[in-house]
Parts: sequence; C-alpha cells; structure tokens
Amino acid sequence: MKTLSNILGLCAFVFLSVGCADEHYSVSEVTTGIFYHQGVDEDATESNIGAIANVGFIIGEKCVAVIDSGGSYLEGRYLRREIKSHTDLPICYVINTHVHPDHILGNAAFKEDAPEFIGHEKLPAAIAARQSYFAKTFQQILGKAYVGTEFIDPSLTVSVGEPITIDLGNRVLTLTAYSTSHTDNDLTVLDNTTKTLWTGDLLFIKRIPALDGSINGWLKTMHQLQTMDLNFVIPGHGKAGSKQWQQGLIDQIRYFTVLRTEIRKIIDNMGTIDEATETVGLEEAKNWELFPLYHRRNITASFVELEWE
Amino acid sequence: MFSRIFNLLFISLGLMSFGMTSYAATPTEPLWPTLKIAYFGDKVIEEDANDLLVIEAPKRAEDAAIVPITVKSLVPQSADKYIKNIHIVIDNNPEPYSANFHLSPELGLIDISTRMRVDQYTFVRAIAEMNDGSLHMVSRFVKASGGCSAPAGKDAAAALARLGKMQIRMRTPTIGESVQAQVIISHPNYNGLQFDQASRRYIPAHYVKKINITYNEKPIISVDAGISISEDPSVRFTFTPTENGILKADVVDSQGQTFSQQKEL
Repeated sequence: MKTLSNILGLCAFVFLSVGCADEHYSVSEVTTGIFYHQGVDEDATESNIGAIANVGFIIGEKCVAVIDSGGSYLEGRYLRREIKSHTDLPICYVINTHVHPDHILGNAAFKEDAPEFIGHEKLPAAIAARQSYFAKTFQQILGKAYVGTEFIDPSLTVSVGEPITIDLGNRVLTLTAYSTSHTDNDLTVLDNTTKTLWTGDLLFIKRIPALDGSINGWLKTMHQLQTMDLNFVIPGHGKAGSKQWQQGLIDQIRYFTVLRTEIRKIIDNMGTIDEATETVGLEEAKNWELFPLYHRRNITASFVELEWE
Repeated sequence: MFSRIFNLLFISLGLMSFGMTSYAATPTEPLWPTLKIAYFGDKVIEEDANDLLVIEAPKRAEDAAIVPITVKSLVPQSADKYIKNIHIVIDNNPEPYSANFHLSPELGLIDISTRMRVDQYTFVRAIAEMNDGSLHMVSRFVKASGGCSAPAGKDAAAALARLGKMQIRMRTPTIGESVQAQVIISHPNYNGLQFDQASRRYIPAHYVKKINITYNEKPIISVDAGISISEDPSVRFTFTPTENGILKADVVDSQGQTFSQQKEL
C-alpha cells in the first residue's frame, strides 16, 4: 500500500510536465530472472525521459543487481518500481556499464537501497571529466525528468584483465572491464547461470553505434565478443534475445571496418576531417537508425585516433 | 596586449574554480559586447568582413571535443598590407579567448585550420588584426552536439602515454608552389575545469600554450593557444617554400615543457 501511494505521488508530481509516462514504462523478461526495458531509438528528450538505452535487472535468490540505472532520475524511479513489482528481495548492486548519461543518470533513484555501485576502474575519472558538462546539458534536455539526478561514483571498481564475480544468491555474475573500446570505461555483465551477457554499449543493434573511445580498440573487443558461447545477449541499444546479437556484431564490425579503411586512405593522402565527414561510409546510411546524428561524429573521433597510427 | 588577454584567461579560470555554478546554462544574454571590451577595449571592429576573411565551422558540433575550424583570407598578404594576427573567440566556452595566430606577411593567402572544443550553442569568431592595427571580424554560429559527446578526452591514458609526440604531415612539395602542411602534438590539453573526486581538487590545467612554426628559421605562423584547443592540438596551414630548407615546429606547454619536430623539404 505504501508503495502504491509513493507511485501515485510520483505520478502526480510528473504529470504536469511530462505526462504520466510510467504507465507505459515496463520491462520484459529475457530469460528466467533477467528483465530489461528496451530504450527507444531517439536522442534523449523530456518526453522520453532519457529512456533511450537498455536498462534492467537480474534477480538471484538473495538479492537483485541493477544493470544500468536509466537516462534520468525519473527513469531510475520507474525501473525501481518495476523491480519492486517483480520481487521483494533487496537491491544489492547497481552496475554501470559505462559513463554515458543514458546509463548512469538514474543512479540516485537507488540510493535508498544502499547498494554497492560498481563500475570500471576508469569510471570515476570519466565521471569527473564529464559531470559538469552533462549536468548542464541534461538539465536542459530532460527538464523535470532530470530533477533528483545525482552523479554517483562506483564504490567498487573492476580492473582491466581482472574480472570479478558477485553472487546474487545461487546466481553468480562475472563482471569484466575492457581496455578502451566504445569508451575507456566499458564493463560487461555475464550471468553464468543462463549464459546471458549484458554488453553495455559494446553492442548497438539497429541504432547507429556512437564512438567515444577507440575505433581500433572497439573492433578488437567486438571480435572477442564474437567468440563467446552465449544463450542470450542484452545489447546497450536494440532488441535483446538469443538470435540478433551475432548479426548485430557482424553489422557493427562491418560499419567500423568501412570507416577505418576509408579514413586511413584520406589520412594517407593528407586529407582533412571535413573531407572525411563528407565522403566516408555514406553507403552505410540505410543500415542504421539515427545515422545522421552520430555518423559524422564517429568519423571525427576515428580520424583523430587513426592520425597517430 | 596579448599578455593582457592571457591574464584575463587566468582571472576567469580562477573565477571558474570558485563557482562552477557560474557556468551552468547556455547564456541567454549575448556575451560578445562584454567580451569585445575585455579583449579589444574600445577599438572599432568591422563586423561581417566577408570580403577579407572566411570562417568555416560545422553547423553542429558533431563531437564537442573536436570541432574543426578553418579561417581563410581572400586578399593575399603583402608587405604593405597584411593580416598580422587572427584572434579566435568562442563566446560561450569557459574561456572564450581561444587562440591568436601571428602570421607572416609572406604567407600568401591564409588558410589555417585547427580543432576546438565547443561546449554549447555559441558564436565562433575570427578577428583579423591588420598591420595598421585595424580589426575585421567574421563569425559562424555552431550548435552544440547533443547526446553523450562531451568536451573531454576519449582516452586520457593513451593521450598521456604519447604526450609530446609530434608529427609534421605534408605531401612532397614543389619549390615555389603553395603546399598544405599539418603540425600535430599529442597532448591531453587539460583545461583545468575537471574535478578530481578522489583528491577533491581540480586537475590543474595543462595545455599547449605556444606553437611556433618556422621555415629556415623565419617565422611562418606562431600560435598563442588557450584551453579551447582540442586534445592533441593540430594546426593545418598552407605556405609556399621558395627554396629547399627546414620546416620546424616548436611547442611550449603551460608547465614549461618544450617539444620540437622538423622536416627537411
């Protein structure tokens, strides 16, 4: 009853500005005890409350792990409500797969659960470097949905080359930190019981991937992921399941390989970033959602990396 | 004048570290009138000097950390009349005064590109200062990038690991013909605005301050750079080698470290 009145209170609070979007906020079960909310293929706005990335949770016999907390405080609240509607077990971990706002801005919604916040060893530095910029920008973008948002550093970090395990009660998760790929602070979560991998943004399905790390590093990591024996995959963006991920990786590898090959040619020929953004990879447009929003940026980011080869 | 400008830089950096809130939202009041007085006093600036200069910048900052900006002149440099300095001002950046390019009268047509951080919706301005002291401005409006791009480095460890590594990149030139060259320095270019949670302190600014480019020891371009310049600062320019010789770039950063690279043409 108490939970219900909390929900009603929250609902009334947000109703004026963003409508009562939580009626439509729901999670689906990927496999036993693993739930996710699929983010929309849009950029963050006040009306989508920043819920553009896949977020969710895994329920063990003792407690629950949240994997990515949402793109706003409000999404974090909704996700927490979904957890509470599926289980009475406590939330003991909140794992952030990387620093991007659509994956971390909901953290504060779980503060009352006093969980262990877990992230890559480089996550604290990445938060420090971006916090003031993200706060300023996302306050404007998300409006009311942002209210309550806090940047929360991990209380436990995972180092590259030293995966850790956590036990949710007869359910052991392996957390692996990667060298610079999508960002310099990517972390994956493997549920050993069901062989389900949460890739964070190491994998985008259908939505154009966004490079904020290293094109060479990410390609290497993608090849590594391809060799894994998995039953289910939850990508950072796009549909979770048992089938899509292999093709998703093939598509993402093809996209970045095209970019790398064409950009290297331009660099070898003393060309400029502007030339590259105008000509590289245009044939890929038909393969991706939101292509115009991130493609040029991927080229820019790749260009300044490949210049140092 | 230039030391005054960079004094202002440090004053505003100081203010910044006292109150991050002062840099919270896109300013609604145009800053330029205030900036103009701060940087150029009561001097007259000819606006929309489109017959003298062109500034190129993307309409939207695709990646807030790397926004290519190009300035070209439409009138060739001559001994009597030449652009002495090009000042770059990015109104809504934490430190708007972003760079000053000192130019040789022998450069011919100016064609310079660099890469800047752009924090939010802003005007980017190039102000040409002629040898007679007159000022002429062109500007472009750049929209901020949306989404997860931030004006922060992508791989701080990689940038630090290759700190000071330099490249001079160019095609094989023909003597007497104009050629494009690029100087890049690997440097994290920390802007001093990043808060380190562990030490509860701001990571001190550490950025490239000066890039001197000479040909056979004669200055071609020299840049006073500020914290708006992207990680791994890059300067691309055209010049005309009139004889065989050595193109050299000397770099000084804000901690007094020096780096140098040369290329024989």
